[in-house]
Amino acid sequence: MITRKDFEVISQWVKPGTSVLDLGCGDGALLDYLRTSQNIIGYGIENDDAGILACVYNGVNVIQANLESGLKEVGDGAFDYVILSQTLQAMKRTEAVIDEMLRVGTEAIVSFPNFGYWQHRWQLLLGRMPVSDALPFEWHNTPNVHMCTVADFDAFCARKNLRVLNRLVMKDEREQTLLPNLMGTLALYRLAKG
Amino acid sequence: MIAVAQSAHFTDPLPLASGAALRDYHLAYETYGTLNAEKANAILICHALNASHHVAGVYADAPEDLGWWDNMVGPGKPVDTNKFFVIGVNNLGSCFGSTGPLSINPESQRAYAAAFPFVTVEDWVDSQARLMDRLGIVRLAAVMGGSLGGMQAMCWGYRYPERLAHALVIAAAPNLSAQNIAFNEVARQAILTDPDFHGGQFVEHATLPKRGLTVARMIGHITYISDDQMEAKFGRDLRAGLKYSFDSEFQIESYLRYQGEKFSGYYDANTYLRVTKALDYFDPAREHGGNLAKALSPAMARFLVVSFTTDWRFSPARSKEIVKALLSEKKHVTYAEIDAPHGHDAFLLDDAQYHAVVRAFMGRCLPSLGKDA
Repeated sequence: MITRKDFEVISQWVKPGTSVLDLGCGDGALLDYLRTSQNIIGYGIENDDAGILACVYNGVNVIQANLESGLKEVGDGAFDYVILSQTLQAMKRTEAVIDEMLRVGTEAIVSFPNFGYWQHRWQLLLGRMPVSDALPFEWHNTPNVHMCTVADFDAFCARKNLRVLNRLVMKDEREQTLLPNLMGTLALYRLAKG
Repeated sequence: MIAVAQSAHFTDPLPLASGAALRDYHLAYETYGTLNAEKANAILICHALNASHHVAGVYADAPEDLGWWDNMVGPGKPVDTNKFFVIGVNNLGSCFGSTGPLSINPESQRAYAAAFPFVTVEDWVDSQARLMDRLGIVRLAAVMGGSLGGMQAMCWGYRYPERLAHALVIAAAPNLSAQNIAFNEVARQAILTDPDFHGGQFVEHATLPKRGLTVARMIGHITYISDDQMEAKFGRDLRAGLKYSFDSEFQIESYLRYQGEKFSGYYDANTYLRVTKALDYFDPAREHGGNLAKALSPAMARFLVVSFTTDWRFSPARSKEIVKALLSEKKHVTYAEIDAPHGHDAFLLDDAQYHAVVRAFMGRCLPSLGKDA
C-alpha cells in the first residue's frame, strides 16, 4: 500500500477500535488504511459511481449520497470521528458541512490545501490565479469553490467556538512548523465542539 | 445452463405467524453450480411476488423457459455459478411447485384453495432455513433478493443472524407504505369481487377469476414502471385512430391488458391474495415499537442495500431507512443508489453499475478471497 503522510497523521489522531465516517471517501483508501492501522469500524460517504464500486472491491463500507444535502442517514453522535479529507474547499455549504460533521461525530478531522502557501501568494502578486501541485487546477476547471488559508481556518474555528485539538501543517509530506501559513501546502485539523 | 427443478418434502409441522401450521409441505427448488467441500459458497436467492425457484438457465425440455434472474445468475455472471452454489426456492403459498392453494390438503384430500393459511415473510424464511438444513448448509455465504425477495434477505439477517455472512437487499423497503398497501388492496378487491372467484373455491366451480387477476396485474404493472419510462415506451400512442369505444385504443391500454391476461392464465388467485398480504404484513420494526434499528440489531451479516432512482414503489428513501437503521447499529452496510430510468423493474434489468456493484460485492462473499469475510 502507498502510505500517504496525511493518512499517517490522521491515523495517529484516531484511537484504536473506534468508529469513523469518511466524507467523500473516494475509493476508500483512507478507511482501508485506518482499518489496518487502528482496527476501526469505518464507513465512507461517496456520490460517485466509480468510487462506490472501488469501495465495494476494497471491502470498505460505503453509502452513496451527496454530502451537500446533509447526512440524513446518520444519527446524532453516531461516530467517534468524522473525516473530511481534502474536500472542504470543494463544498458549497462549508459551514453547514462542518456543523453536520460535529452533529454526527464527537470529533471532526479536516484537511485542506493551504491557499496561503507562498507560491500561491506569489502567483497572485504576479496577477494570476495560483496553480501548484497542491492546487493543480486552472481557475475555470477547478472543483474548489471555498479556498482558505491556515489563518482563515483558525479564525473560522475561533468564531464558531470550535476546539482545535490538533493542528498540523505539511509541506512535501513533512510537517511544516516554521511559518506554516506561508510555507505549508496542506493543513490538517482535529476539532471538537467548544 | 440447464436447470433441473427439484422438490423437498417436509413432514415436521411448520408453525406460521398466523398461529396456523403447515403439517406437511413441499418446497420446489433449483440449484446451480457446485457446493464446495466446506459448504461455504452457498447463495440463496429469494423471489418476489410472481417469480419462482427457476432463477437461471433453461430446462432441457423447455429451452425457451429462461430463469427470471438469468442476467444476474449464471456462469461468469455477477452471481457467478462457477464460484458459487446458488439456490432458488419457491415460496410456500405459491403456485409453481411448492405447497400452495392449488396443492392437495392432506387432511381433506382436496385442494387447499381458500383454506390455505396466510403466510408471512418470516414463515418463508423459516421454511427456507429448513431447506438449508436439508441441503447440509449451516451458513450461507449470502442471501439475496429484490423487492419482496429483498425483504426476505433482510429477514434472514435478523432471524438467523449466525446463518448468513452477507445479505443483498435490493429495491426493497422496511415495510409497505399506506400507498403500497392501497395498491395491493385495490388488486385484491379486483379478485375478491370477481364473480368467478367463489370465495376462493373457484376450482371446485371449474372456473378461474381471470378478470380479477387481470385487473390486479394491470394495477401492479403500473407501479413497477416509472412515469418517464411509461411515457417513453408508450406515450399517448394509439393503436389505430380514435374509435370512441372502450376497446384498447392507447398502446398503454393494450400493453396492460396483454400483461394482465397473460398473468391470469398462469397465476393462482389465492396465491396472489396471500402474497400481497405477506407484503402488507412485513414490518420488522412493529414488534420493537417502530424502531427498525432495534429489529435489525441481532443481524451479523454484511449488508449491501441497493435502490434505483426512479423506483417509486420502493423508493430510495425507503432503502435509506434500512441503511440508517443498520448504520445506527454499526452493522457493516454498503448502499448503492443506481441511476436507472426503469422504476421498480430496474432490479430485474441489466444495468452496468448495478451489476458491477453486485459482482464486486459477491467477490467479497467468497471466504478465500475476501479479507473481510
